[in-house]
Amino acid sequence: MLCDDCGQREAVVHITQIGPEGRTEKNLCEECASGYGDFMLGSQAQQRKNVSVNDFLRGLFSQPQVRREEEGLPSGTELACPNCGMTYQDFRETGKVGCSVCYRTFRSQLEPLLRRIHGSSAHSGKIPRRSGGELNLKHEISLLREKLQQSVEQEEYEQAAQYRDKIRALEKELAAKEGGGQDD
Amino acid sequence: MTKAEILKSSHFPWLETEGTDTDVVLASRIRLARNLKDVPFPGRADFSQLAAVREQVEGVMPAIAQAMDQDFEGIQLEELSPLELSVLVDKRLISPALAKNPQHREAIISADTRAVLMVNEDDHLRIQCQAAGFELDKPMAAALRIDDIIESQLDIAFDETMGYLTALPTNLGTGLRAIVYLHLPGLVFTKNIQSIAGIAPQLGLAVRSLFSDGKEASGCLYEISNQLTLGFSEKEILDNLKNAVAEIVAHERKARKALALYMKDQLEDKVWRSYGALRYARLLNEKETLELLSWVRLGLDLRLLGEVDRDSFGDVLIASRTSCIQYLADSENLSKNETDRLRAEQVRNVLAAHSQQKG
Repeated sequence: MLCDDCGQREAVVHITQIGPEGRTEKNLCEECASGYGDFMLGSQAQQRKNVSVNDFLRGLFSQPQVRREEEGLPSGTELACPNCGMTYQDFRETGKVGCSVCYRTFRSQLEPLLRRIHGSSAHSGKIPRRSGGELNLKHEISLLREKLQQSVEQEEYEQAAQYRDKIRALEKELAAKEGGGQDD
Repeated sequence: MTKAEILKSSHFPWLETEGTDTDVVLASRIRLARNLKDVPFPGRADFSQLAAVREQVEGVMPAIAQAMDQDFEGIQLEELSPLELSVLVDKRLISPALAKNPQHREAIISADTRAVLMVNEDDHLRIQCQAAGFELDKPMAAALRIDDIIESQLDIAFDETMGYLTALPTNLGTGLRAIVYLHLPGLVFTKNIQSIAGIAPQLGLAVRSLFSDGKEASGCLYEISNQLTLGFSEKEILDNLKNAVAEIVAHERKARKALALYMKDQLEDKVWRSYGALRYARLLNEKETLELLSWVRLGLDLRLLGEVDRDSFGDVLIASRTSCIQYLADSENLSKNETDRLRAEQVRNVLAAHSQQKG
């Protein structure tokens, strides 16, 4: 019988596994069998591959043990998120953040990391209407400013004037909102 | 589709072959990661919190169904058997991560299966929309429409500088992952695929083979997706990916042209042999099926073969997954031999049905 994997060499290792995924038989040559540290097939092997990205990140996060001391945090008391109780140590181990509040709690540790992953730590995409607050307005104003600049450069002054008026209106709205926000 | 139909069917509209660049691009997918404000992410939430998240998302569904103008089927994952879970994973409707801990997890799937909401995966909510061929704009628009409705009713975790907050820092910002599924036999055969995979990281993209056993990729199927999510707008991310895919598609076509020119007879022989094997073989393993299928698809795209219609590819691709075979046989305890026999039978049936349709 030839090896199931390479189909070239004689199979010398025969495995039958009955597990949650059903019964699987595998006939392998010595060389292919040594590749299976433990018996992994199909979706399991796929999962192992998917995990590796996280593993890599985990390695990336947990690099500098000394770093915490550099940041002036006493090494004995671990900073924990007040909302979900995650510590930075937990994050290092799992590579996953605990809750939305964690991003505020661990901002100083996370920001350099984000720059390493994304090359940036400032969002410039979609903003939710409710949670985004005044950010939507600010974003719109900065977009309009760019357009205004463009139309001035192209000497389209009528267009530019329209943009200017829009910006003024939005700025007024923003000021009113921010003023209102301070009252609470 | 109902739950039973979703589990049984091997035909999905987003694997059809009507669309842009379907000779190379199989499908396009958009995934948005969203979380509810202040609630611990699923990895740290307790069961009552997970249940509450699910309830809140379900509460928004009527509005989403109305806006998308179709029904959604909510599948509670804890009610499924492990086999049924792997069927959904193999059909690429849910991610392996969602199936891993099924308690309080839910997949909400639209009637046309183009939109899937995964509840309590790594993030509270993953909105996933897909389309056939090279088409990122439509699924993006659909995902944003769903997202708009959700954020109008629920408080979403968002930070002014960091954007949408996600469980994995690699999704932070836009929370957007755009994925294009490609069939690249030309580049694989002319040994150019490695250079493409090598260049991708420099463009902030990742290229992965779709089916691989760790050592070798089968079936010349690849997915390419954006890696960077923070610091770019959704449009910039999509444009970057689109440019790269357009480039890859052009290279793939060039490689196929060269193959068809210099190795015409060998290519034609390979295509027809593969078709013959799929059509008449009595035992097929998963890997071999993928490889044969790849040649048949290439033959169909190059018009070397006209026996079946091109839609047969997607149907065989899904129907020949081991989990689907086991599900249809209603048994997880099939031996490898039995599985391969049933797989060959299934492939023969699908191809026969498609060649009849052809006339």
